Amino acid sequence: MKTICFYFQIHQPFRLKRYRFFDIGADHYYYDDFSNEDIIHGIAERTYFPANQMLLDLIKEYDGKFKVAFSISGVVLEQMEIYVPEAIEQFKELAKTGCVEFLAETYNHSLASLTDPEEFEKQVKAHVEKIELLFGQKPKVFRNTELIYSDDIALQVAAMGFKTMLTEGAKHVLGWKSPNYLYSSASAPKLKLLTRNMKFSDDISYRFSNYDWSEYPLVADKLVSWVASTSESEQLVNIFMNYDVLGSLQSASTGIFEFFKAIPRFALAKGISFSTPSEVAHTMKSVGELIVPYPCSWAGEEKDTSPWLGNILQKEAVDKLYGIAEKVHLVTDRRILQDWNYLQASDHFNYMSTKLFPGPSVYSPYENAYDAFNNYMNVLSDFIDRVNGQFPEGVENEELNALMTTILNQEKMIKELEKKVKGASAVPKNGTPKKKETKKA
Amino acid sequence: MKALMFGWEFPPHILGGLGTASYGLTKGMALQPDMDITFVMPKPWGDEDRSFLRLIGSCNTPIVRKEVTWDYVKERIGDCMDPQLYFDLRSHIYANFSYFPTNDLGCVGFSGRYPDNLLEEINNYSIVAGVIARTIPCDIIHSHDWLTYPAGIHAKTVTGKPLVIHVHATDFDRSRGKVNPTVYGIEKDGMDHADHILTVSNLTRNIVIEKYHQDPRKVTTVHNAVEPMSPDVAAISSKKGTNDKVVTFLGRITMQKGPEYFVEAAAKVLAKKDNVRFVMAGNGDMMNQMIRLAAQRGISDRFHFTGFMKGTQVYEVLKSSDVYVMPSVSEPFGISPLEAMQCGVPTIISKQSGCAEILDKAIKTDYWDIEAMSDAMYSIITYPSMAEYLQVEGKEEVDRITWEKAGLKVRAIYDQVINK
Repeated sequence: MKTICFYFQIHQPFRLKRYRFFDIGADHYYYDDFSNEDIIHGIAERTYFPANQMLLDLIKEYDGKFKVAFSISGVVLEQMEIYVPEAIEQFKELAKTGCVEFLAETYNHSLASLTDPEEFEKQVKAHVEKIELLFGQKPKVFRNTELIYSDDIALQVAAMGFKTMLTEGAKHVLGWKSPNYLYSSASAPKLKLLTRNMKFSDDISYRFSNYDWSEYPLVADKLVSWVASTSESEQLVNIFMNYDVLGSLQSASTGIFEFFKAIPRFALAKGISFSTPSEVAHTMKSVGELIVPYPCSWAGEEKDTSPWLGNILQKEAVDKLYGIAEKVHLVTDRRILQDWNYLQASDHFNYMSTKLFPGPSVYSPYENAYDAFNNYMNVLSDFIDRVNGQFPEGVENEELNALMTTILNQEKMIKELEKKVKGASAVPKNGTPKKKETKKA
Repeated sequence: MKALMFGWEFPPHILGGLGTASYGLTKGMALQPDMDITFVMPKPWGDEDRSFLRLIGSCNTPIVRKEVTWDYVKERIGDCMDPQLYFDLRSHIYANFSYFPTNDLGCVGFSGRYPDNLLEEINNYSIVAGVIARTIPCDIIHSHDWLTYPAGIHAKTVTGKPLVIHVHATDFDRSRGKVNPTVYGIEKDGMDHADHILTVSNLTRNIVIEKYHQDPRKVTTVHNAVEPMSPDVAAISSKKGTNDKVVTFLGRITMQKGPEYFVEAAAKVLAKKDNVRFVMAGNGDMMNQMIRLAAQRGISDRFHFTGFMKGTQVYEVLKSSDVYVMPSVSEPFGISPLEAMQCGVPTIISKQSGCAEILDKAIKTDYWDIEAMSDAMYSIITYPSMAEYLQVEGKEEVDRITWEKAGLKVRAIYDQVINK
């Protein structure tokens, strides 16, 4: 029996406000509250509220036979908590149905998997905790920021205990192979890989309302018949996309919601089921290994990491940011740690892209790449100064580490010694052993 | 295709961007195999590059018949004009101008600059144009900038050939809105008589349509380009003797170029950074005011005025710079940022300049937005990848902007106008 695996990415960064160089050292608040609130409200109205309601209805209507998976970044969850807590309630309700799986990712939707293994692990842990706290399920499947994947990343993900991961069915990765099977990683053979079906996913995401497309209009039974007409042995169709497709990238007037509502009816009639990534990994066996030496992603035509690390501006910004990582890991100041989280969102680097296609995100608050770079680097300069300000000047990281452990140990020592002193001073005062004192108490 | 062009400046003796543009455009057009260009200018010096066009000086064109010998003419003006052409022109004198003050060859004098009696010179130029138009056969007449519009109109009346005028600037750019009515009159007259109007940017095109009330269908933008750097210029090395970063303003220090915004932005950067110096290269009526402003902001120790720069000095300054800034309030096109980018200097330009329409690998800010401008300066001198990116990509971009392509666009207009 064929099965469709739907997965939606939900993410919004904390956009930075206009931060001029003369603000460096003077102003330590970096975010554009107005536009962040405005954008998340807009998307919630257009997408989160109606789409969540639609999914709830569908799950009810088909009695649990319709299933989807979400990967919601930690930073967008924080924004929802601040600005649209109703959305969180809806997701909680979805979680309760048992037909919705929440996936693990980096808390900040960051590029840490490419730059800093230690940071990567920290963020994944933080995200898993956040999901568990909000939705009561511990994510078992991992999907990286923008489906970025490589053999190296697979090793790290497997080491963190995940058995399944999502990635793009990029042509340079699959070659002649079809994305409609379950694969496993070449570097970590126990890690199963779900590969995105590029054609069907993009048909819905980008071509749905395109009049010039030869297959316009795309209707539910057409899509389902395409799925049904794949060869007999292809049992799995992974449709992975941005949640914004529902209502924002494809506005409600295009009929995207009606299209989605009709999918389960046609699919179930043709004997096609719906599964979550965990179920797929559980029921199916890998047909082979995928070798991916260079990182791939789901973006653009090249399916590589060039939308975030394509030009020297982006590389410098990322280098500078992760150059301070080691020091940040020693910091305990909560505001610094929070800024550290927000500054890592991959979106900031996407805004600096000078590619023509795909250009920077449609939500980019900047006029062009230079503007984005200027603003980010000014913020980062201030941030780096603040981090350095936490420590004495001219001390190397390693030395700092040693000093920090000494300080930590000192605290322990002091506590121990204090206990001893107490114990010792207790004896001569009362002239009785400690045991009796506890008895009295 | 024979084109008769009227211009005012031609390198190497130039006073502004008009000469550079005239040279680049004619050279680019000469690459078309069937293109035959005759370029008329007020006063040639004899050291102009004549390899791709025929150059006629109005100061060597007779308007009064004087009986002179071949050898005499060759001795007098042989370096600028073929004696045969002199006699051809002489036989096409069309009226009695003997009341004019002329020299021994029957020619009227021109300064070739922008003197106080400019209007008189423009008028004389147009009289001379009548002789030339009667002598040199042409298919189309092309006038560069308002000084030559009357000449173009005259030539059109004489020959009946279509007139194309090329707007390199309007008086609205030069005066920030306080237009000289005489100049406006000449400009408007030229545009009204033209069969087609070429503008150097969409910015100028809009001014021509809105302020001179021209039919948009008659106005086409042909963006300027830049000559590839000559080997001599490429060989010039940086003269920078300091480790400080150098931010440069290069151009006439006049209202149109927005020098005060540069000074204000410099003051903002210097409040934050100490390893940077600012250079204002050029001359102009606002120079003293700028010196005072810099002193008032307390940045004179880091703000330098070089005075007028010419020839290779311009490139020496550019190559010693880390940032080039052109904060023009209204710039019809502005070739100098392109030259800066050729030298690999990261460039900041105002959105109010025509070249911003074709440049992507430069930072664009509003001329009045000194915060954005100073922020961009700071970024280039502080974050190495920003400077490197603009350097490499900017050079690549500007190398693709050639006069040959601009020439083809002009040619398409010629063909369209002639076949109408």
